[in-house]
Amino acid sequence: MTMTMAPGTAAPSAVTPNKQSRARRSPLASFGLHATLIGASLIAVFPIAWVVLSSFKPKQWVQSSELSLVKEPTLGNYSYVLFETNFPTWMLNSVIIALCTMVIGILMSATTGYALSRFNFPGRRKLMMVFLVTQMFPVAILIVPIYQIMATLGLINTHASLVIAYLTIAVPFCSWMLKGYFDSIPTSLDEAASIDGCGPFQTFWRVIMPLARPGIAVTAFYTFLTAWGEVAYASAFIQTDDRFTLAYGMQQFVPQFNAQWEYLTAAAVLVTVPAGLVFLYAQRHLVSGLTAGGTKG
Amino acid sequence: MSTDTATPARTSPPPRETRRPGRLRRSWDKHWYAWVMVTPVVLVLGVLIFYPLGRGILLSFTNLTEANQLAEICSKSITGTEVCKPNPNAWEIVGVDNYVNILTGKVGEFWQQFGVTLIWTVTCVVFHYAIGLGLAVLLNRPMRGRGLYRVLLILPWAVPAFVSAFAWRFMFNENFGLINSVFESVGLDRVAWFADWKTALLTAIVANIWLGVPFMMVTLLGGMQTIPGEQYEAAEIDGATPWQRFVNITLPGLRSVSMTVLLLGTIWTFNMFPIIFLVTGGEPAGQTEILVTGAFRSAFEGIRNYSLSSTYGVLILSILLVFSVFYRRALRKQGEVW
Repeated sequence: MTMTMAPGTAAPSAVTPNKQSRARRSPLASFGLHATLIGASLIAVFPIAWVVLSSFKPKQWVQSSELSLVKEPTLGNYSYVLFETNFPTWMLNSVIIALCTMVIGILMSATTGYALSRFNFPGRRKLMMVFLVTQMFPVAILIVPIYQIMATLGLINTHASLVIAYLTIAVPFCSWMLKGYFDSIPTSLDEAASIDGCGPFQTFWRVIMPLARPGIAVTAFYTFLTAWGEVAYASAFIQTDDRFTLAYGMQQFVPQFNAQWEYLTAAAVLVTVPAGLVFLYAQRHLVSGLTAGGTKG
Repeated sequence: MSTDTATPARTSPPPRETRRPGRLRRSWDKHWYAWVMVTPVVLVLGVLIFYPLGRGILLSFTNLTEANQLAEICSKSITGTEVCKPNPNAWEIVGVDNYVNILTGKVGEFWQQFGVTLIWTVTCVVFHYAIGLGLAVLLNRPMRGRGLYRVLLILPWAVPAFVSAFAWRFMFNENFGLINSVFESVGLDRVAWFADWKTALLTAIVANIWLGVPFMMVTLLGGMQTIPGEQYEAAEIDGATPWQRFVNITLPGLRSVSMTVLLLGTIWTFNMFPIIFLVTGGEPAGQTEILVTGAFRSAFEGIRNYSLSSTYGVLILSILLVFSVFYRRALRKQGEVW
């Protein structure tokens, strides 16, 4: 699609936008640039827009081969999903599980991120390697043993089992991300604090934590969203309808036969709106942390 | 976390404590707070990841399934007392049988799923990176509406993956999906997307590319903004064409970011569960299953075959470990420090 630069377009200018290159861009190049970006944006937005549009259509128009943007708009799908199904319960379950994962994950990994960022202690590189390796763990290798441990503890079909399972993803991820954010806070602040008589823990708690709040917020949101959208553990551990999370519960709308797409689309919109808003707020900070953690490892 | 001092700190922080004799003691005095700080995570890693991992590896050497997991079979007699007999078919250790069976194709479809996984991973990562890089280059310049484009292009990342999976399955529906409707209105035939493994895999790949481009784009854009503008100015003065500037400044400047995201992207795509699971669901007849979803199905559908799925898990992990070792070695050869 847009794999190479169109010849003739201006150079990729760096941090400071300079006006010269903009003035020098020929009208044709400018047209090409905007056309490509508009095309890409349409592709990015369209599937979402289509689901949103479909969610307002009654069943016969959702499941019709006739192309139409809007036809007999209705809120019936939404009211069915909200009032006639267990959807609100699933949403509550997802919120509880994702919140618990987020809070526990952040609390456990904050000090680790700080230690990895600031101190060159023996074992540091090994720990960083472990975080990288945990990214490689397929769900397949952990899910069975964790399932059996949960079964032994009698935790199958509980929220706790999912929170514990999600921590295996969240803890390494949060540590890695938070290290990246702490890296971006100048060490001169630590030194100043230690001259003022702060120990390492005080420095961390009183100086660094308040400064890292945006980074912590982003890490928290991202952890929340990961738990919010997880499918495999939720499908394996949860068995009764009232305990489903959204990711699993929504599969109930589209069984192999007689799928109810009109309800699925409405549910999809309801699930996406809060997640999407949070995400768009958080994403600007997210990437700087992720790449910083990766490249300075 | 051991307290060994075999690996001395590379750049030692300013020494604050007075030096005392004894390596271990000295090391503890100097680093105790760092070790205390990492303790919670190390404990979690140990209990929640490495203990289950160990169990998983052990499981792969047994023949444990749902049917034979009980060591004793208990039944109530008429008098109400429970009588327990040892289960004659109880699970046992079978050595490397699982591995042999899987790798020789006696059980499951390992090689077929491995092939699908390879196609899936390579295609997705190549397109993610290429499209992401292209869009990042386009966005990394002053122009009108840049902020708007950026937000619109990031949207697919904002949608939870399982929702995107449903959205694409909906659009690829054979009877009333948008894509077939469009095909029909321009005079093409409807395609039964999920009837053939090639088109079914294509739908999943399209969905995953759509979903994964924003991450690459934003990351690469972040990397581009760390390249100093003077380099471009100098090149421009020397008469470098835009293409030359891209190849000789942008790409080398993105090296370290690229290496990280390519490694992460490969690992994530290789293990990408929800898209395959929800978009194709393995249709037709399990032919679009990748290794991870195949392992999941053997563990949690039908008679749950725990040992088989653990063996799959070990194999997947080994493949990824070997891959990243070679990847790092290749980087090191080219003088990359990371």
